Amino acid sequence: MVAPMQSEISLQALKTGNRAEFARLVDIATPAIYRLGLKMLGNSQDAEDVLQTTFLKALQSLDEFEGRSSPMTWLYRIAVNEALMLIRKRRPQVEIVDEPVGESDEILPPIQLTDWCCLPESDFLTAESRKALDAAIQTLPEKIRAVFLLRDIEGLSIQETMDALELSETAVKSRLLRARLHLREQLSVYFGERLKEEINK
Amino acid sequence: MTHTPTPQCRDLLGSISDYLDGVLQEELCYELEKHLSECENCRVVVDTFKKTIYLYQSTSPEVNVPADVRERLFKRLNLVEYIKKD
Repeated sequence: MVAPMQSEISLQALKTGNRAEFARLVDIATPAIYRLGLKMLGNSQDAEDVLQTTFLKALQSLDEFEGRSSPMTWLYRIAVNEALMLIRKRRPQVEIVDEPVGESDEILPPIQLTDWCCLPESDFLTAESRKALDAAIQTLPEKIRAVFLLRDIEGLSIQETMDALELSETAVKSRLLRARLHLREQLSVYFGERLKEEINK
Repeated sequence: MTHTPTPQCRDLLGSISDYLDGVLQEELCYELEKHLSECENCRVVVDTFKKTIYLYQSTSPEVNVPADVRERLFKRLNLVEYIKKD
């Protein structure tokens, strides 16, 4: 998903201040960066803030970008950092730590054991189901959320996710596992209820 | 329903992501699949885990950037002349 853009966008043109080339980069990358912001922050105003700041910062730091990763991975890195900063800024100074998935490496055993895979396909496609999918993402701690979004929503490889977040392979894989297990639990509660409704019909 | 995991269930939980991403070593895959054929709870966990990832991956591209958001972005970047009208 990331690779094709590298061949399309000329880093040299970007670095020499070619505005048309930068506009092309903005055009290509905007849907992905906006989507990342939306899912990272959960609302369109914050997503727009992150979108604008990401490209402004990219423009300012083009000189420092060496092209070791693709322009897209570089933009993802800026966007995730901006989103994390916004989350920190908005967080109350005194807070009760009550995160559903901790930062530790501990893997909790599954609690929800309902097999909801057999639900009709149409049940997964309703607006309410999509809302439930998005709401579940918001219950992930932000650093784990970032790994999940890059890997499973944006489709980056493990290596690209490592590059974008400057994390080790072990850290990416461990956070991804915890994110996916946590989301499975959340969706099992939601779709477990749908299954009960289906059975009672 | 609650699940009292055996050591094999715990091993499965640690490898489930690698297994579904197709990067788990062959020998561990074999052990995992053997356990899956014997443990109904783990089968449900693997199936719903797989479905969870599938649902996110298949619905994710559906975010559209509103035209006004795109316009404000290009204005902020002084790139108004490059806005593509959809």
